[in-house]
Amino acid sequence: MIYLNAFLFAGIVCAIGQLILDNTKLTPGHITTIFVVVGAFLDTFSLYDKFILWAGGGALVPITSFGHLLIHGAMESASSYGIMGLVMGMFNLTASGICSAIIFSFFLSLIFKPKS
Amino acid sequence: MEKNKYKEVVNRHTPKENVLYNTMIAFFVGGLMGLLGQLLIDAYSYYFSIPTNQASIFMIVTLIFVGCLLTCLGFFDKWVHACKCGLIVPITGFAHAMMSAALEYRKEGLVTGIGANMFKLAGSVIIFGVVSAYVFGLLRLILFGC
Repeated sequence: MIYLNAFLFAGIVCAIGQLILDNTKLTPGHITTIFVVVGAFLDTFSLYDKFILWAGGGALVPITSFGHLLIHGAMESASSYGIMGLVMGMFNLTASGICSAIIFSFFLSLIFKPKS
Repeated sequence: MEKNKYKEVVNRHTPKENVLYNTMIAFFVGGLMGLLGQLLIDAYSYYFSIPTNQASIFMIVTLIFVGCLLTCLGFFDKWVHACKCGLIVPITGFAHAMMSAALEYRKEGLVTGIGANMFKLAGSVIIFGVVSAYVFGLLRLILFGC
């Protein structure tokens, strides 16, 4: 059942992105940025946690989960360190994604040549 | 008069995007990506016997690696052209943005090329993510206390 939920949730998020892309003059860069902000906004009221419980990996794959993980890490350390914890724990949970993206793209760009 | 005529000609020759078809493709491909994510989480937590939140980090790293590799091999640009947001909105789009910037500026050298330009496309995601997470986190701290 969770597979169907994952398919539906990720599909609907991507379809919304495609509708925005087709009907406005925004670029894909705008769309990913908007989705990250929306993910952070939804987590202000702990809504995104419910989506993850419902759709599992389907809610973690779209870029909205990036905003969710940023605010989640910040709030986790804010609960123990107060207002300074917001800046201390911001990258706690997203560090794996950012670091792996930097490391893979650095070493792969040394190996490969651009195709076009 | 000339301007109106020009606009007419431009409008006639702009390719009409089939919105419904594009949306269906994005829905289907994006849904498959979500399904793949959930499958990877289940597979990792089953074979390595690790908790789900750790397996989800493994899944994100795997998807980023696959996105980077496919961008290097040249497949990913064609697929993005075909299925648009189905591949841009998932985390593979983030990997694709970083990888293509790194590949493109490789010839300008390591520091002034890759180092300075790697975040050219993906930087806005991180900047706006951090700023919005800070603002909304502050809001949540004031409103709910935790």
